[in-house]
Amino acid sequence: MNNSRRIFLRGTLAGSLVTVAVGTGLLVPGKVLAAWPEAAFGAKNQKDALKALLGSASTVDSKQVKIKAPAIAENGAVVPITVSADFDNLESISLMALENAMPLVVSFKMTKGVNSSVSTRIKMGKTSEVVALARTADGKVYSTRASVKVTLGGCGG
Amino acid sequence: MARKKIKMRITLKGTDANVKVLMFHPMETGLRKNKSTGEVIPAHFIKEVYVEHNGTRVLTALMGIAVSKNPFMSFKVLNANSGDTLAISWVDNLGETDSTEKQIQ
Repeated sequence: MNNSRRIFLRGTLAGSLVTVAVGTGLLVPGKVLAAWPEAAFGAKNQKDALKALLGSASTVDSKQVKIKAPAIAENGAVVPITVSADFDNLESISLMALENAMPLVVSFKMTKGVNSSVSTRIKMGKTSEVVALARTADGKVYSTRASVKVTLGGCGG
Repeated sequence: MARKKIKMRITLKGTDANVKVLMFHPMETGLRKNKSTGEVIPAHFIKEVYVEHNGTRVLTALMGIAVSKNPFMSFKVLNANSGDTLAISWVDNLGETDSTEKQIQ
């Protein structure tokens, strides 16, 4: 099968799937994809990623932000991380792996409908510090960091 | 497209619903090369995940290429009761989507 047929088929399927999801009310087109912070995810260092994502690169170290991560990750492709931030007006918790080519890994927009702890699994290219950043409604950003040693890098060939 | 799936496990403790979600997705970074052809394998990753509790958005995850393949998320939904609906949906960089919903037991 040549490439143009493959792309065409994928396009039709994607189109019909989006229609279904829109029908269920779970997705609002346009508004949805416009929200993804492209510049932040593409930033090559923590400062630029922070500025693009949260509007400012200034953060305050805080014990109220916590990271649970393995001291040594055997498989850099799957590193389990739990981030939590004990603040009243918590807006978001974001996670960065400083030695990744693009440090910003994921950002969670929180609400009062969930508690302030989220777990996920991330890829780390090599031994690195991971930084959790909690933004409160007043625009302040609190952070903490943890060191994770990676024995087998996780970004693939 | 029946291959795409989202697995959700919900455990209710009082009015806290502990939720574990597994979304099947390659999360291709766009940085890998096909070893035989030398061509870059194009990026294909989930960008946004939405969690809704009885129709209200309670959590949004904005993901990049560094989230592990078959993204896993675990979180706690508050003020939850038996019979409530939890819905998860995602959109990826190619515009593909998937979603599922489950009633809390």
